[in-house]
Order: sequence, then C-alpha cells, then structure tokens
Amino acid sequence: MNLSELLKQKFPQYVLATHRYRGDDMILLKKEGLLEVARFLKEDPTCAFNFLMDLTCVDYLAFEKSPSSAPTTVTPSPLPFYMKPKKDPKGEKWERPAETQTRFEVVFHFYSLSKNHRLRLKVPVDEKHPEVDSLTPLWASADWFEREVWDMFGVVFKGHPNLKRILMYKEFVGHPLRKDYPVNKRQPLIGPVN
Amino acid sequence: MGSVDIAKLDFFSSRLDAAIGWARKFSIFQYPFVTACCGMEYMATACSHYDVDRFGAGLPRFSPRQSDVLFVVGTISHKLAPVLKKVYDQMTEPKWVVAFGVCTCTGGFYDNYATVMGIDTIIPVDVYIPGCPPRPENVLDGLMKLQAKIEKGEKQTKLYDHATKRLV
Repeated sequence: MNLSELLKQKFPQYVLATHRYRGDDMILLKKEGLLEVARFLKEDPTCAFNFLMDLTCVDYLAFEKSPSSAPTTVTPSPLPFYMKPKKDPKGEKWERPAETQTRFEVVFHFYSLSKNHRLRLKVPVDEKHPEVDSLTPLWASADWFEREVWDMFGVVFKGHPNLKRILMYKEFVGHPLRKDYPVNKRQPLIGPVN
Repeated sequence: MGSVDIAKLDFFSSRLDAAIGWARKFSIFQYPFVTACCGMEYMATACSHYDVDRFGAGLPRFSPRQSDVLFVVGTISHKLAPVLKKVYDQMTEPKWVVAFGVCTCTGGFYDNYATVMGIDTIIPVDVYIPGCPPRPENVLDGLMKLQAKIEKGEKQTKLYDHATKRLV
C-alpha cells in the first residue's frame, strides 16, 4: 500500500484528494486535520517522516487567468532513460479539484531518512481566513519556514512561538509575494522611493 | 650652470596638497562592504594574480573608522540600506566611495520590492564600476580612476536625485 492509499484509508474525513506522479505522493488535505495528520506522519512507524524539508505557499490569484501564468505544456516532459513509461499517461496530469480552489495553498515537503521516501502535503487556505496550524511542535525546522510564509504571503500559523517577519523589515507593510502586491511598490527605510 | 642631478639633492620642493595627494593615492585603506557574488571578483582582484597591492590598496581594514575608501560590493537591499549609511557615516574624512558592480550602480537587473536602485540614492559615490560582475581589469581601471581623483584632491561626490533625475 502506498502512502496516499494509506492516508486516504486512515483519514477519510480530511483527505480531499490524492495524486501519484512517477512515484511521488501528493495529498490534498483539509486544514482542520493538518496537525493530526502531521503527527501521524511523524510518529507512525510505516511513515516515519522525521524531516520537514520544505514549507512554502502558492498564491493562485492569477493562476490560469493571466497569459504569463497559463500552463505552457500540456504533455509531461519525457521520462528519463531509467524510468519505465506508464501505461496510463492520463493519470499523470493533475488538476486542482474545483471545490478546493482557494486562493492560497500551503505546501509541505516531508522526507523520511529511515524509509527513504517523500510526501508532499498541500493544504488549501481561504483568502478571508488565511490561517493554518503551526507545525513547530512537531518539526523545529517549521519555525523559520512559517515565518517566511507569513512574511511573504501573510498566512498566519496558529501556535507559532514567534511569528514575525524574517526577510523583510518590521516597518514593511503588506506581503510582497502576494500576486496583488503592486509590482512597482517600494517601501524604502531610507532614501527616496525609487 | 649645467643640469642638476636631482638624485644627489637632499631636498625636494613641491606644493603641499600635491604631495599629500600623491601620498594618499598610494595608501588606500579600503573597507570592503561585501554582500553578494561580486565579492568573488573582488577577492580575485585583491589576490596576487591581479594584485591590488601594486596600487597601494592591499590592506583592507575591517573597521570603517580606519579606512578611507568604502568599496560597496554587491546588491544592497532596503533592509540593509540603513546599515550601509551608518558605515559610511562612521568613516572619517577624507573618504571616498566606490560602487562595485552594476547592482550598486543602478540596481542592475533587480527591480523589485527588496532592492535599492543604486547606492547613490543613499550615499555619495565617487567611482562607478559596472559589470555583473566586473572583470578584475575593470576594477583596477576604476581604482586608477579613483587614484587620479585622490591625487587631484577632487571631491566630487554626488547624490542622485530621483525627482530631477540628475546628480546634485
């Protein structure tokens, strides 16, 4: 049983969708179940994800709406020589389920050093309440990642011990990687607004 | 009276400011304010192959209070801008500033929320060395231009005014 099947079976109330692409599992998860599922992923011996490699966020505000963000390739890139082609190439394409098309998606990448497997977890986050649970109680590496996501996207992490800006200065207003942050807006600390 | 062999003279006459300018240009104590990839090219220039010591600039001081020339090497972000200004203010007169690399000259290819579009919006600049990064020859050329400036006693440090788009 692969990881996506396992999680679907274990947490049917939280898992919105799963996807497998060339051996990599992706789970789309309700944000209410994040902490519970994450704890399971860390503590369950078959998962044993002891390493949170990356935590980031995606702003889907202009996704597939502006010409620059429209997908350019429909067919996936050719397989490397050491991989066998899949029988069903349609299964490789992933589309966001219509009911979960929120503005933000917080993305977690887990890795298990003992099992040598990986998992991508995505949590759709509403624009009106951009708030998810903090994973700092489980993985210490979540601390700075979550501060960065808060700084750049304005997603609040409930339970974070020190949620303040990490890259921008504290006088900075707004979140610069949001797609509606004006690309020409400048907020210098000293000197002219250039 | 025939020609005088000046090597045998035990005195030498000059204007005082010319003598000071000549002495200063060969004792450049620089403060490298290195923030980004240009630093590698700065190191290449400073090392023996190009040997910045030939121009009397071989001893970087890692305190702005002991240095004459501020080398700003690499991209300056808005978060760092007050620090750069403070370092410049700590240097004693006479002082010169070299903008090393295109990011410090104009902001380079960065045009975003984070980057200062040229350090001359914050502090006055004497010599601009463009390039991404500039070649060591280019840096030495800039250094010689700075030496010429120091020798003449010129102090034409100017700030870029964004309202009028000129140096003031």
